[in-house]
Amino acid sequence: MAELGAAFDPTAPLSASGNLRRRQFVSRFSEATATGAAVLAIAVLAILIYTVAARGAGALSWEFLTTGEPTGIGPALIGTAVIVAIATAIATPVGVLIAIYLTEFAGPRATRIMKATLDLTNGLPSIIIGLFIFGLLIKPLEKQMAFAASVALAVIQLPLIARGSLEVLLLVPGNLREASDALGVSRWRGVIGVILPSALGGIVTATVLAVARAAGETAPLIFASSVFDATKVGLNPFEALPNIPVTIFFLSEEGNPTGFTRAWGASLVLIAVILFASLGARALLSRNRERMSR
Amino acid sequence: MLEPASVPDVRPPRRNRSAERLRRIDRIGDGLLYGVCAFACLLAVVTLLLVAYESVNGASPAISKFGLGFLTSTTWQPNFGEFGAGSLIFGTAFSSFFALLLGAPIAIAIGLYLSELAPKGVRGIVSPLVEMLAAIPSVILGFWGILILAPFVHERIEPFLHDTLGFLPIFGEPQTTGASVFTASLILTIMIVPIIASISRDLFLAVPRELQDGASALGATRWEVVRGVVLPSTGSGVIAASLLGLGRALGEAIAVTQVIGAGSEIKASLFETGDTLAGRIANQFPGAITELHQASLFYCGLILLVIGLLSNLLAQRIGRRFAYAQGVK
Amino acid sequence: MSSTLDSLDSFEQRLAPTPAPRLRIQDQGAPPDTSPHRHIGIEAVFEAKDISIFYGRKKALAGVSLRIPRSEITALIGPSGCGKTTFLRSLNRMNDSVPNFRIEGQILYHGHDMYAGNVDQVEVRRRIGMVFQKPNPFPKSIYDNIAWAPRNLGLKHDLDERVEQALRGAALWDEVKDRLKDSALGLSGGQQQRLCIARAIAIEPDVLLLDEPASALDPIATASIEELMHTLKGRFTIVIVTHNMQQAARVADQTAFFSLDSSAYEPSGTLVEFTDTATMFTNPADPRTRDYVTGRFG
Repeated sequence: MAELGAAFDPTAPLSASGNLRRRQFVSRFSEATATGAAVLAIAVLAILIYTVAARGAGALSWEFLTTGEPTGIGPALIGTAVIVAIATAIATPVGVLIAIYLTEFAGPRATRIMKATLDLTNGLPSIIIGLFIFGLLIKPLEKQMAFAASVALAVIQLPLIARGSLEVLLLVPGNLREASDALGVSRWRGVIGVILPSALGGIVTATVLAVARAAGETAPLIFASSVFDATKVGLNPFEALPNIPVTIFFLSEEGNPTGFTRAWGASLVLIAVILFASLGARALLSRNRERMSR
Repeated sequence: MLEPASVPDVRPPRRNRSAERLRRIDRIGDGLLYGVCAFACLLAVVTLLLVAYESVNGASPAISKFGLGFLTSTTWQPNFGEFGAGSLIFGTAFSSFFALLLGAPIAIAIGLYLSELAPKGVRGIVSPLVEMLAAIPSVILGFWGILILAPFVHERIEPFLHDTLGFLPIFGEPQTTGASVFTASLILTIMIVPIIASISRDLFLAVPRELQDGASALGATRWEVVRGVVLPSTGSGVIAASLLGLGRALGEAIAVTQVIGAGSEIKASLFETGDTLAGRIANQFPGAITELHQASLFYCGLILLVIGLLSNLLAQRIGRRFAYAQGVK
Repeated sequence: MSSTLDSLDSFEQRLAPTPAPRLRIQDQGAPPDTSPHRHIGIEAVFEAKDISIFYGRKKALAGVSLRIPRSEITALIGPSGCGKTTFLRSLNRMNDSVPNFRIEGQILYHGHDMYAGNVDQVEVRRRIGMVFQKPNPFPKSIYDNIAWAPRNLGLKHDLDERVEQALRGAALWDEVKDRLKDSALGLSGGQQQRLCIARAIAIEPDVLLLDEPASALDPIATASIEELMHTLKGRFTIVIVTHNMQQAARVADQTAFFSLDSSAYEPSGTLVEFTDTATMFTNPADPRTRDYVTGRFG
């Protein structure tokens, strides 16, 4: 039998022998690289938030938040709130109903189709959705309107809410469904009375995350609500309403330093709202998971 | 003599009627629930189809005028009614693939850090921070790009790269004020890293502990365990995640148009201005007055839609094959 | 413990199964010597000195001392949950990745403190291999499963031959020699476990730790694994955890019986008795051992 040369002295001290020193160096180097990548990501986030906070804080004031152009972004805040609220009001019922269909009624073929539809819709670039809403509503009606923007945002929100609701509906313990079936309770009573309430926390979480997502979308608003009078508050969804993302976008393209300051201020408000909503949703999510698994 | 007690066994008619009514309500209720849910699903499917329809419809004047030559022509002169998306397709591909080239390795490294290296507490903090990067609206990222990143890139990075690696045509002479394909690619990188990193992290965490233990027990270093077991068994999943990131990069309009400089030619160097399909639409649509201009932008959108759908479908297919392979075990 | 035996040890000797010399003090009629030091004449590969293991605040194992002799099979038996596997995994530092793991006392490997500061875990595992309860082949081909670790170690020459010898050593060669490129996941449970054994011996470790290697297998596969133990014995020092007493009786040279020590405030696992297998199963000293091996509990 040929010597295969793996002999080592087992009684030698237990420090790295043979090629292990080099291999450990390679391993430690990769660990450092991976850690460095994570540090890089955190650093970029920190720089971003710091910049927005530092430059935007200077613009913040009560006046800034409540008055209109050119001193403040009050109407834009209201406008964004209206647009996002309408969008969420459209997307949430549709999304939850889709999720209920997938858990209660759908066969394998329908499930495949719906999952593919949701994934594809989720992957649509928002600029395409902007073009879509232009062609569907803005051009035929020959005017911009916030409602069209809401519809566009609802399309973006729909996959998020549907998937989030689906996840939490699937988590509803089987015995809960069985119990309501065993009691002879009809399908619809079971869903509305038992299943939905227990999934409510997750649905709310998904909705909050969808709100955070919609608040920051700019592209569809360029098409549907970009020509507006930002000096006063508007509430009519059938007109173009001032809004934060488009305001930031236009100010960023103008090249006017005072405009930049206002844009930083608006950015700070927008980021604050989005981060607050995201963190809140995440906290809700972990509390929910705990409750579900008990 | 005992007499059996007589028990009336006729149910009072009133209760019978209400029980029937209840059952009828239940039938209606069930049917209504089904109908409403099915309608919602139909709405979603119809919306998706409508999006495709509107894209084709809006582009039809340009399609009938330019045909497929639109894809290769690089002339874009609104005043003369001449439109061609060649340089835009190039810009889209150039910026997105560069972003993927830069972003995917970083994201995978972050995913490995979060799954293999970080202690549970650190992971609980760093993971949400990375995901928060994805939550930042693109308009803010683009604005930051204009005022902070672009000057920095222009003053420090572009000259450095040109000086050291200038023999490569992609690192040509820095132009303009930092608004370039390179800056746009960096912004895109920042956008896609969180997506790929979160998915990769979950994939790596799902590799069974026993497999990694088996590799460790053979005297392998941490890196060797990752290279030999963790990465190979998640390979196609990571590819699917990267494709999803690519899709994001391809479709980004706002941040790109803010920093890319709206150039119209195909240039080899990253440091020149350029434009992408999405960026061009965002840039010019508000000001597009003529029918043909609008239609040409719709045509760009249609091309973007096709590319986006293809990469999404590919990601779904690879993802499904990955999930199936996991299930086989 | 002399090291001259070791320096004489050549590679060829390791390949050819040679029964190690047994020095045993056995006096007819005298009670069997159950002290841990009875093997004083034979070199000990491991020497555990008053080992206690904690997971956070919970004490999993208390006060274990024993010596594991070279080139023999030592079995660790006892009811589940009394620290056998925990102890085994401490022998190749596999417990390091368990959060809140803490060890007190000393484990000496050929005289070196295994948990000293300058010890390289990876080096430890290169010398002390482990086969797990559930077969865990890599999602690679049969060949690559075996060749993976040698490649890492730089043993790239004669790889084909190394793979063949490993498979022969695990009694798997004849069954797979025509399909080395097929995925290892297509093998049966017993074959996969033998593959894991082949994988472990391909890098020729000093010690093989087996954590209930046959518990997930059917009786026929179990029998083949046990047969394997005997052929591997001379080449490697083997420590095997098993909850199957009969298996220990069939396979091991000496046996350690672990049980729960409920006398302390918090019950933890402990070593009750450690003696040669024949004695343990016919005339154990400790009443707890007697209860266990006669099936009165556990």
